[in-house]
Amino acid sequence: MSNPAAGKTSDGEDPHNLGHDDDVPISEQGPAPKRIVVAYGFWIFLLSDFILFSGFFAGYAVLSGATAGGPSGRELFELPLVAVETALLLVSSFTCGLAGIALTVRNMRWFQSTMAATFVLGAGFLALEAYEFTHLIGEGAGPGRSAFLSAFFALVGCHGLHVLLGLVWLTTMMAQVGAKGFRDDIERRVQCFALFWHALDIIWVAVFTMVYLLGSGT
Amino acid sequence: MNPDVAPQTSFLFGKLGWNAIPFDEPLPMVASGVVATAILGVLIWTWRRGYFPYLWREWITSVDHKRIGVMYCLLAGLMLLRGFSDAIMMRSQQAIAYANNGYLPSDHYDQIFSAHGTIMIFFVAMTFMIGLMNFVVPLQLGVRDVAFPTLNSVSFWLTASGALLINVSLVVGEFAKTGWVVYPPLSELRFSPGVGVDYYLWAIQISGVGTLLSGVNLVTTILKMRAPGMGYTRMPMFCWTALASNLLIVAAFPILTTTLAMLTLDRYLGFHFFTNELGGNAMMFVNLIWAWGHPEVYILILPAFGVFSEVVSTFSGKPLFGYRSMILATMAICILSFMVWLHHFFTMGAGADVNGFFGVTTMIIAVPTGVKVFNWLFTMYGGRIRFTTPMLWSVGFMVTFVIGGMTGVLLAVPPADFVLHNSVFLVAHFHNVIIGGVLFGAFAGLTYWWPKAFGFQLDEKWGKRAFWLWITGFYVAFMPLYVLGLMGMTRRLQRYDVPEWQPWLLVAAVGVVLIAGGIASQIAQIVVSIRNRKQLADVTGDPWDGRTLEWITTSPPPAFNFAVLPDVEGEEAYWNVKSLARERQRLSELPDYADIEMPKNSPTGVVCAFFATAMGFALIWHIWWLVALGFVGAWATFVIFAWRDDPEYEIHARDLEAHDRERRQAKAKLLGLREGDVA
Amino acid sequence: MSSHHEAHRDERGADLAPGEDTQDPKGIVQRVQGYLIGLVLAASLTAASFWALKSGLIYGPGVPVALIALAIAQMGVHLVFFLHITTGPDNANNVLALAFGVLIVALVLIGSIWIMANLDHNTMPAGMMQQMQR
Repeated sequence: MSNPAAGKTSDGEDPHNLGHDDDVPISEQGPAPKRIVVAYGFWIFLLSDFILFSGFFAGYAVLSGATAGGPSGRELFELPLVAVETALLLVSSFTCGLAGIALTVRNMRWFQSTMAATFVLGAGFLALEAYEFTHLIGEGAGPGRSAFLSAFFALVGCHGLHVLLGLVWLTTMMAQVGAKGFRDDIERRVQCFALFWHALDIIWVAVFTMVYLLGSGT
Repeated sequence: MNPDVAPQTSFLFGKLGWNAIPFDEPLPMVASGVVATAILGVLIWTWRRGYFPYLWREWITSVDHKRIGVMYCLLAGLMLLRGFSDAIMMRSQQAIAYANNGYLPSDHYDQIFSAHGTIMIFFVAMTFMIGLMNFVVPLQLGVRDVAFPTLNSVSFWLTASGALLINVSLVVGEFAKTGWVVYPPLSELRFSPGVGVDYYLWAIQISGVGTLLSGVNLVTTILKMRAPGMGYTRMPMFCWTALASNLLIVAAFPILTTTLAMLTLDRYLGFHFFTNELGGNAMMFVNLIWAWGHPEVYILILPAFGVFSEVVSTFSGKPLFGYRSMILATMAICILSFMVWLHHFFTMGAGADVNGFFGVTTMIIAVPTGVKVFNWLFTMYGGRIRFTTPMLWSVGFMVTFVIGGMTGVLLAVPPADFVLHNSVFLVAHFHNVIIGGVLFGAFAGLTYWWPKAFGFQLDEKWGKRAFWLWITGFYVAFMPLYVLGLMGMTRRLQRYDVPEWQPWLLVAAVGVVLIAGGIASQIAQIVVSIRNRKQLADVTGDPWDGRTLEWITTSPPPAFNFAVLPDVEGEEAYWNVKSLARERQRLSELPDYADIEMPKNSPTGVVCAFFATAMGFALIWHIWWLVALGFVGAWATFVIFAWRDDPEYEIHARDLEAHDRERRQAKAKLLGLREGDVA
Repeated sequence: MSSHHEAHRDERGADLAPGEDTQDPKGIVQRVQGYLIGLVLAASLTAASFWALKSGLIYGPGVPVALIALAIAQMGVHLVFFLHITTGPDNANNVLALAFGVLIVALVLIGSIWIMANLDHNTMPAGMMQQMQR
């Protein structure tokens, strides 16, 4: 008969030798290990980020026709540029996945090089987007021109801002791993970064489909 | 501040100038003078007594969920005083402003009702509930802290930062004059050129980040960190409602962030989301803000429901009736709360199909709440009820909230809402449910868990006085508003010309006086209780014959909560342990103690918030260099925190054992056991 | 990736962190292959999206539907191959959280679009309002 107040220590050991009960469901196994707690918490945060984007998407969907006599998506969007941006981000997701594998086998060279590749690809994406934005503003199609353009710049810009923050995070992670090695807590943070980076590509799928492709429709 | 004079912008001070301080307006000058003197007095007293190192070490840099919870509740109490002062001004103005301008010119009055709503929702109600959840949830789950303790501290301090900014607006600049939901086009730059709306935007965005992180923290804690044996259906009801509330925070607050960001972009960078010209759509603001706003009120009420579940079952001496149906009802409310938001703007012009759909869903959402009320009643039925102060608040809630809920169902009928939208009937409805639900829940929770937090009970006599003054005052203040709403009085009126309204408004003003008496009684209660704390001491850790795990600890609990995490067998974990011990007339066997690690305190939260406040203030006044500095500072704080090597400290098994021995002696005293029976 | 003292916990019923690959340690080659397949699939679906728009082979009004379907497929590929979200019991919490997020996104998007379209249909355009006031 187990003793209700006997208690276990926080890492799940059994101070009373009550024996492992193989039928104990996960929900009754006590606090989860740190790697799960941290990753799950970040996952919940990512979901809130998806909902943040959905607000901007809703705004874009409502205002996509409000061109106020100015240029519309059809006139402004350059699909080849978008295709290259998409390819860059997609490949960067792949290299980020490789970095994750390198992390688990503790290979410093592979980790740093795949992370660097991810950075270069992500920076390329941002450079193209910056070019696109300055070009649009130069043409008089800046965010102040119409509600449609406000919604476009806000949505795509919000994604770009997230990519920028991701790149800063990426370099910080490269620096931390380089300086302190593959420590447990640093490893957890890299896992969170990977989740973030893949999620950004998922959001980009929605952006290029809803904004650029649907917006360029004939 | 004179809005007709264009602010002069300098690089060093942005739009800030001496004209930002309303030297010519007595009310804000006197109010801020009094507050500044009080703050200065407290600071000097603290410094003279040498408490600053203690405060910094034990409270300001604390990452302990119990300390953070107490600080949240303290912030809420202080903000309640500020929000209530606004209420006194509004009621008194309306009581006298028949056919005259009263004593508050309209642009002041507009700022007052806007500040009242903003402060009460964001910095009183939210803060109280988050504070209670922070304090109680890890204890009830049988764990040592929340999932991310330092993040918890950051959340609190960011919330405090937002509260500070709003209060600064009283004396430096102005506040928004748009109401607490800042509808465009009024809130756009063209019609609100001053800094008022900007104060609102940055205070809410900064504290919103804190709230969102808090939501992530508590969801992760509840889903991934519970004592061994505590499966989902063995969690206390308060933890279930906390889960639902925090899921709603995670889901809804991003929408608020987005919508306010759009308005900010309109005001700062000339975007056209909600402007009248160039294609903007002000109605979209209303749609999005209420897509957040409706879940927000459920975020507020669900923890209160959880408090009542705990209080009612404890003081009826019975387990909660219909535990599983309560879980279903709670999660149903959680999901349904995202399907009703249009009822806040039935009159904006949607067709009958849309209005009808949301009217029906709004009525449906009343059903799970009804299930909960019946479950509380059935819990009380057949129990041995003790009418302590927490129980009084709960019974008062049941009556008051049901009335408010019924008026809500009335308003859910679109044709009825067409008559009553934006009348004081609506004002009466939402105060009915928020005061009767959220505030009474906060007070019940405070009086219930106070002994656990501080080691002594609150004075019952003053508690009961406070309750009766509050509940009478509430009815006297708000029932007339229902009548006035049906008579056609609009909300937010600075003056009026209908003589039939004045008697009712005078009665309402009397109600406010009674509520003020209630608040004074609560302050007296705290002062008296602190003075008599030795007589009121809670020596057993379980002053109420509780049923959940927080009562197994000492009062107050040690930093680590539990020397050994409890092994949970069924629902009502503590009640099972206690009953077994009573039956066997001895305590449980001693467990094996092992060393544990606890997170170190950290100044990350307060430093981050300091920079956030600087950044917010700078953004409001267009002081761009300070914005950059604040941002860099906040980022650097974060990186420095992330770079530390040594985040935890160890507590040795022998210290745990020593503490636990004292705890077991306290419990032996509770059960009336002799010293020798303590294993 | 999981340290040894956590391995015995997982025998009793496992729980995976989001993004974590399954507990059985797979060879590096297998893991890289997984990501490679994901990359190729996602790239093909992306190319298909661009093609669906430009080629004119899809019936006009059906193009948005095709694009949305392809977008959902791409997101699925990301979730499965890059984020390792599966339907196994060890991923239950992660899937539930994702489902909740998707539900809220759907409610916000569909709700807003429906409401704003309805308002647009039933109310006077802002431009006309200003005209009438002149």
